[in-house]
Amino acid sequence: MKRRDFIQMSGLGMGAMMLPNIPIVGRSVSAEALMDGYVDVAVKKRLADAALNAAKAKGATYTDVRIGRYLNQYVVTREDKVQNIVNTESYGVGVRVIANGCWGFAAVVDAKSEADTARAAEEAVAIAKANAKLMTQPVQLAPQKGFGEVSWKAPIQKNAFEVPIKEKVDLLLGVNDAAMKNGANYVNSVMFLVNEQKYFASSDGSYIDQDIHRIWPIFNVTTIDPKSGKFETRRTLSAPMGMGYEYLQTNPSDKITGITTRYNKGYDMLEDVIAASKQAKEKLTAKSVEAGKYDLVLDPSHLWLTIHESVGHPLELDRVLGYEANFAGTSFATLDKWQSKNFNYGSKQVNLFADKTQVGSLGAVGWDDEGVKTKQWDLVKDGTLVNYQAIRDQAHIIGEKESHGCCYADSWSSVQFQRMANVSLAAGKTPLSVEEMIKDVKKGIYIIGDGSFSIDQQRYNFQFGGQLYYEIKDGKIVGMLKDVAYQSNTQEFWNSCVQVCDERDYRLGGSFFDGKGQPSQSSAVSHGSSTARFNGVNVINTARKI
Amino acid sequence: MSIILTKEEAKKIIDKVLAFSKADEMSVSLGGSRTGNIRYARNSVSTSGESLDLSLAVTAVFGKRSGTATINEFDDKSLEKTVRRAEEIAKLAPENPEYVPMLGPQTYLETSTFSESTAKIDPDYRAKAAFESIDPCSKKGLTAAGYLEDSSGFNAMGNSKGLFAYNKSTSIDFSITVRTADGLGSGYAIRDFNDASKLSTKSATEIAMQKALASSSAKALEPGKYTVILEPAASIDLLQNMMRSMDARNADEGRSFLSKKGGGIRLGEKLFDERVNIFSDPSNPEIPKAGFSGDGRPQEKIYWIENGVVKNLTYSRFWAEKKGVKATPPPSGFIMAGGTESLADLIKGTEKGILVTRFWYIRAVDPQTLLYTGLTRDGTFYIEKGQIKYPIKNFRFNESPVIMLNNLEAMGVPMRIGGSLIPPLKIRDFTFSSLSNAV
Repeated sequence: MKRRDFIQMSGLGMGAMMLPNIPIVGRSVSAEALMDGYVDVAVKKRLADAALNAAKAKGATYTDVRIGRYLNQYVVTREDKVQNIVNTESYGVGVRVIANGCWGFAAVVDAKSEADTARAAEEAVAIAKANAKLMTQPVQLAPQKGFGEVSWKAPIQKNAFEVPIKEKVDLLLGVNDAAMKNGANYVNSVMFLVNEQKYFASSDGSYIDQDIHRIWPIFNVTTIDPKSGKFETRRTLSAPMGMGYEYLQTNPSDKITGITTRYNKGYDMLEDVIAASKQAKEKLTAKSVEAGKYDLVLDPSHLWLTIHESVGHPLELDRVLGYEANFAGTSFATLDKWQSKNFNYGSKQVNLFADKTQVGSLGAVGWDDEGVKTKQWDLVKDGTLVNYQAIRDQAHIIGEKESHGCCYADSWSSVQFQRMANVSLAAGKTPLSVEEMIKDVKKGIYIIGDGSFSIDQQRYNFQFGGQLYYEIKDGKIVGMLKDVAYQSNTQEFWNSCVQVCDERDYRLGGSFFDGKGQPSQSSAVSHGSSTARFNGVNVINTARKI
Repeated sequence: MSIILTKEEAKKIIDKVLAFSKADEMSVSLGGSRTGNIRYARNSVSTSGESLDLSLAVTAVFGKRSGTATINEFDDKSLEKTVRRAEEIAKLAPENPEYVPMLGPQTYLETSTFSESTAKIDPDYRAKAAFESIDPCSKKGLTAAGYLEDSSGFNAMGNSKGLFAYNKSTSIDFSITVRTADGLGSGYAIRDFNDASKLSTKSATEIAMQKALASSSAKALEPGKYTVILEPAASIDLLQNMMRSMDARNADEGRSFLSKKGGGIRLGEKLFDERVNIFSDPSNPEIPKAGFSGDGRPQEKIYWIENGVVKNLTYSRFWAEKKGVKATPPPSGFIMAGGTESLADLIKGTEKGILVTRFWYIRAVDPQTLLYTGLTRDGTFYIEKGQIKYPIKNFRFNESPVIMLNNLEAMGVPMRIGGSLIPPLKIRDFTFSSLSNAV
């Protein structure tokens, strides 16, 4: 599903457009049917072996087989109404090969027999051989040892698909009711669940069975002042997580109290919607920001998106090399800057790392979609650019012997390629709380939640908004602001980072919908950080009259 | 079974499905398509493929409860099983108080959306199209990255109240980015047609090549308000976003740029320059569309903005019934009437201004005013005394299409872009808020 489709169907777009007809990806089934249909590992191994053998017989020098069953569930509501409940299931097999030095890929829906997967493998080899005629350089694949028969399961406590629909409906309608009772004029809320049951087998000798779970409870409240004709919104401060239904069962230790409560590994949706409704009302009469330079204090619920756009994307090696030039763009972080070993990406306080292992993150898996064991690695160390994100056919370009393990395909029917790992800002090493950070700010803005976002195709110039803006004067929060957006340049921005709070404040944000490639594929990714301070950033006022 | 069913074949299957129904109401939609693509970068093909899809969705309704099930097998047993599954899901679903009963038989405009030349595209065609784009670039030491996607298919729907709709269509989309070897110049072109014989990847690539070479070593101008000439590839997204915001319910609820101070909506108000006329017409030969919308409502010629006045808004069937008005569906594609001047004429008539090839990463900033931000990309040039003087660095803009269409200076001949027809627009006081080093 494309991000735009999801935004439209969930009514969470800025215009709160509500389309009750949800685009269905895969087949629509009953909630109960999602619980059946696990394909036995022995069956998957047989199907995979048939493809591996067939590809080899046709001359493939490398083959991988992905057998995927992808489940989604959406519960969509507004005010006192359930607008839609959709359960989808998609099952099939994708086979990727190297033959005559070139990649080839073919996929088959609902593959039931060994003959089905063998046929897909043969087709993939035929495509590789045809494409080899147009090839300029043969694929160089970093070696990868086989892991034998292994498995990985997301460490969830409660499978959200097993929770009855009624419980989810009751939760969302309860959230909506609380919003309406606390000043909202309109409210939309959605529960979005994902389960990827993925099996990977390769000619390197790996047979990897993985079970991945994601959850994203979201709402958007709107308040209206009919007299002035103005309206304001406040979206959820939840994060999409690689967790089960336990994400909705909060402990006091999951809450970060302050000017508004923020959440770590447990989300109190009811508490957040009550705060949101009051804050959306307060926004209607908040002071419009005066444009100028401010010190920004950015909460992790906001900073994740700035990290995603200004660090995650420019350090994807395929973008650096030009493979995304016609769509997502290229990157300012060119190979010469990395080779110089002294490219100043940010200040000394800035340590950015990539990983596919953080517990609860969206990117966490045991092995990536080309059978590489996942890990953590540095991208920016003490402010200096030290590495990119690369997969098996790119590792040699940056002089590495193995892939970083960040290859992903959004479906059995899509070709896997290099995707963003979780990219996060390391917590500060010196003990520092948010309150202590704010105390030293003379003229600043504290921003919570993600809002409008835009960045150029080489990732220099960006503009971000948020959900909540608080004015800081002489070390104190003095009131709410509106019409705020900040503009900066990636290198300038990260060099203006003067402080990062310590690990007590470290939290994840993220998205289900990172888009890349043509045809476009979606990937889910998390970004962690503690609250961080950036000095002298340019803030604009976004109010207009029409 | 062929992927592209005839009207008769589709009707036969739909009728068979409807005959299995035990629900109060049932609707069936059936669609098939063959989609192919080829992608290249760094002057070499990176991926190519073709996929076939034929699937059927059944929606069963009991009272105000509905359920949908889909299938891609078409034997009687599978079809009946799918009907039963949709009925089971419907019975378990909560009531939707906004459910509106299904439409009866409708009359649709006959439109011509299918082209044989697109339907017969094969891998050789795609490889040749890519070669004709890559080859001139490699010969000039330029780097090409492009994507071509073609599709041919059909959509049919029918319901237990006697509605039946069928449409067969084809499409081809092509985009190309050409960059100079030193990375200092970049140019872009995009084309889309129903009929592939209208597409020349070579001539589109030549435009992108010219822009790449001409945009190299750009100078920096101060951000601020400038007269701009927006090529259709630049203005399309802003205009499309505005058209998607013309939903009546949001306006009535007070959360739209069309909501009025003190309550009510701005339907009938003059919000734009009087030369602004935007309409949709499924039978326009340059952007032909199906004569029906996704829920079976007829698509007709309709003015959204006439002489600068908001003439019509889009309605869901529920909201139209509640308001007692006609349920006008959102259009797929629109036409903005333009002038007779070419892009070159518009440039010639400009004392000082900026030519914008395209915008990128456009995101909403404020839904109240339809304020958007984004950046210029792949060919931005300074115009002085009617001539392109030099390439300039890219800008970030913060602008609303509503303000933009009030600051209209001139319009050229409309061209097809992204399924719509849009003229090049000359706009005064367009707000550029900062500079970008991106090429």
